[in-house]
Amino acid sequence: MHYLIYIILILAVAAIWQLVRVVELSTKLKGFDPNKVTERDNRNQGRIQLTFFFALMAFCVWQYVAYKDRMLPISGSEHGAKIDWLLDFNFLICTAVFVITNFMLFYMGFKYYGRDGHRATYFPHNNKLEMLWTVVPTIILAVVIFLGVRLWNETMTLAPKGTRVIEIYAQQFNWKVRYAGKDNELGKSNYRLINETNELGLDSTDALGYDDFIVSDTLFLPVNEEVDFEMRSRDVLHSAYFPHFRAQMNCVPGMQTWFHFKPVFTTAEIRKQPTVIKLMSGINKVRAEQGKEKVEFDYLLLCSKICGASHFNMQMPIVVGTKAEYEAWTKRHKTFYDGKTKPALAANQ
Amino acid sequence: MATDMHAHGNLHAQTLENDAHVHHGHDEHDHHQSFVAKYVFSMDHKTISRQFLITAIIMACIAMILSIVFRLQLAWPGEKFAFINAIMGDKWGPDGILDPNAYLALVTIHGTIMVFMVLTGGLSGTFANLLIPYQIGARDMASGFLNMLSYWFFFLSSFIMLISLFVQDGAASAGWTIYPPLSALPLAIPGSGTGMTLWLVSMSLFVVSSLLGGLNYIITIINMRTKGMKMTRLPLTIWAIFITAVLGVLSFPVLFSAVLLLIFDRSFGTSFYLSDIYIGGQALDQTGGSPILFEHLFWFLGHPEVYIIILPALGLTSEIIAVNSRKPIFGYRAMITSILAIGFLSFIVWGHHMFMTGMNPFLGSVFVFTTLLIAIPSGVKAFNYITTLWKGNIQFTPAMLFACALVSTFISGGVTGIILADSALDINIHDTYFVVAHFHIVMGVSAILGMLAGVYHWFPKLFLRHMNKNLGYIHFWITFICSYGVFFPMHFLGLAGVPRRYYQNTAFPMFDDLQDVNVLITWFAIIGSLGQLVFLFNFFYSIFRGPKSTQNPYNSNTLEWTTPMANTHGNWPGALPEVHRWPYDYSRPGEGDDFIPQTVPLRPGEDDGGEHA
Repeated sequence: MHYLIYIILILAVAAIWQLVRVVELSTKLKGFDPNKVTERDNRNQGRIQLTFFFALMAFCVWQYVAYKDRMLPISGSEHGAKIDWLLDFNFLICTAVFVITNFMLFYMGFKYYGRDGHRATYFPHNNKLEMLWTVVPTIILAVVIFLGVRLWNETMTLAPKGTRVIEIYAQQFNWKVRYAGKDNELGKSNYRLINETNELGLDSTDALGYDDFIVSDTLFLPVNEEVDFEMRSRDVLHSAYFPHFRAQMNCVPGMQTWFHFKPVFTTAEIRKQPTVIKLMSGINKVRAEQGKEKVEFDYLLLCSKICGASHFNMQMPIVVGTKAEYEAWTKRHKTFYDGKTKPALAANQ
Repeated sequence: MATDMHAHGNLHAQTLENDAHVHHGHDEHDHHQSFVAKYVFSMDHKTISRQFLITAIIMACIAMILSIVFRLQLAWPGEKFAFINAIMGDKWGPDGILDPNAYLALVTIHGTIMVFMVLTGGLSGTFANLLIPYQIGARDMASGFLNMLSYWFFFLSSFIMLISLFVQDGAASAGWTIYPPLSALPLAIPGSGTGMTLWLVSMSLFVVSSLLGGLNYIITIINMRTKGMKMTRLPLTIWAIFITAVLGVLSFPVLFSAVLLLIFDRSFGTSFYLSDIYIGGQALDQTGGSPILFEHLFWFLGHPEVYIIILPALGLTSEIIAVNSRKPIFGYRAMITSILAIGFLSFIVWGHHMFMTGMNPFLGSVFVFTTLLIAIPSGVKAFNYITTLWKGNIQFTPAMLFACALVSTFISGGVTGIILADSALDINIHDTYFVVAHFHIVMGVSAILGMLAGVYHWFPKLFLRHMNKNLGYIHFWITFICSYGVFFPMHFLGLAGVPRRYYQNTAFPMFDDLQDVNVLITWFAIIGSLGQLVFLFNFFYSIFRGPKSTQNPYNSNTLEWTTPMANTHGNWPGALPEVHRWPYDYSRPGEGDDFIPQTVPLRPGEDDGGEHA
């Protein structure tokens, strides 16, 4: 079967070669140079370029229309709404530049295609024009910089003292979450203490860790409360990516990184949002075509830094509930040290 | 020729005796070189440029085929493809399905080959070697010997990179950015064993090749310009290549240092990048290091690298657009200033690749500022190209089409760069397909279009013949249309949250509705790759049977077109040319021809157009 393909390829190359030879010889007989760029070539290519511009714009518009309901829905976090606004603002500027400059480029080719006997206009420089397209972009970019850096600073200030802290522990190829318990303090950890019964390497001499509990199936968050995520990694670089919350931070072995945000929609509430309904209807339509069962919208944590063979499947569901739901969920979990000896307490007795 | 070599003096710059000539000494045009000395270990810049070009074309074809393998996997995950089994073999493509580790190896090697071997070696190596001596009026580079070494280190580097695809545990698989600890620990991914070692060896050799080449280019441009070739009479191609070489010389050694420290961490128990790692059932000894150190060192090269890629392409485009519009490039001095600004700024923006690494957010703000600054000179260049076309008399050779398409994709890719440069926006699109779309459009499309434009335009100087025009048109339109078709939809994937380097997207219901986007992309990729066959046929056929070129087929002003259309050792059979004007006297008002070559003396009362451009 393979040989057939190779033979076809070889024959195709030979056929093209002969066609080119035929064209070459026949044009030699007719006495004109087929490789010379003629006025007709210039006019045609100019026209094709302008046509291409419109086709490209149509293609872009088509994509926007076809895909807009598949984009990330309304932000599940408070700062995320501001990021979305800034993104739209930037897109407006970028789309305008994209359309206008591409139009000018291809229009020039269409209008000023080379005609026999015509002479171009000698126009080597013009300081006013140079000023124009130095100053105007500078002003626009200054606005973009100002808005962007301001939002970045707001988002990346350290979480205020007392913010609920949750540890995200990354490893090949799953996530573990450690809650800090009532004292809202995570106990110390040390990678040298890791073993099968102590996956996160918790240091049992640190009493602050005695009310910590570890979860590996769901990250549960209370709505309308700022959460400060402290990220660690066991082995290689990972990245905690919470797309619905517009949050991301690398998990670095040997270092603790952080990102904080405030969820503003419970899972139940966001499932009723129009953008989510549209998104899920599209997803479920595709799934039905493939014979898969319907799904509901869920917040998700994924890995977005290449980390090995199963990088593509390192995920943890996130649930946002009311304060009451969160408290109830918390109570269902035993602390890490439940039933184990606690050296600090024992020492004090 | 012998008398000329010693007699020519250059009033404006010191002249280094051409090393190649002193080397051959008394028997320069009668000496018989062996086949090996003349064609294999050639010290002639023209032969070396052809060597770079052909090696780069072969590497590009290989990297392109690798991309088709993983695009098939992404569009139709789980489907069996005989093509995958044929390319990958039974170990990495069992039953025609790509192995997940092999997927990561493919994206890694695809990226590495394209960024370094094709876009750096192929663009800079080919056109710096071809055009520098020609366009400045020199017989060859300052050191033909270093130049020869630069090619053969490049060849060795490419060869070792290809060999690494065949080792037992697979090629390097930590992405072309090879961040540790993933790239330092074979336990983390099999490709980080022998495959990664070979990658490091290959890249070390590549850095040597780049440095040898870059030093040569800088020295030649500064010292060996012919009489009258002031810096402000240089074609923009040379300015671009000159600054590119400076960038390379300053930044490649930093990559080498990153590589060296990684070698130490991998093999000698050091902890530059490693700390607090538990893997394979044990806690590793290393503490105190940080992967972020690697990221800083890597991106200190990594960012200038992308300008090393695009600047030569922009330089070629300046020349091709000016010649074919029959107009001076608009704003010659502004173009030089913007090349210098881009060159300088490119050293202080690297942190925009690291917004989400956990580095101090304040540092992030600084990099937002500097990165958005670099958009300004880039924009100036784009607008200047468009203004060059205005009221031109445009000759649409295939090269011209490619050059115009470069401007289009440079803008399209550049504007998404503005979004990515905004750290607050980067939070949600970092490491997604939005980034993949951006860098492919500026590098994988724009820079490649520039390289192709250069190949078509300077084919007569490379091979003394012309490529076929109609096949060129066909190749252009397939390539340009498919390029936008492959990479534009990727922006939407990124905005929908699809991360990079994912073997498949079927693990998440949230991506189920995006699978047809992947299919669309892959179809454009398949058609686009097949379209390159037109180019390959045209290229190789024309080398042997293309129509022979006249001396100055495009009525161009630059010096390379004043040499005979033959492979002349020493470029000019007689005396070196003398330059009296800038290279952009096209359609000067009142003159007869619509071009005035640089060698034509100024008439009484005429001024050099470049004096105030």
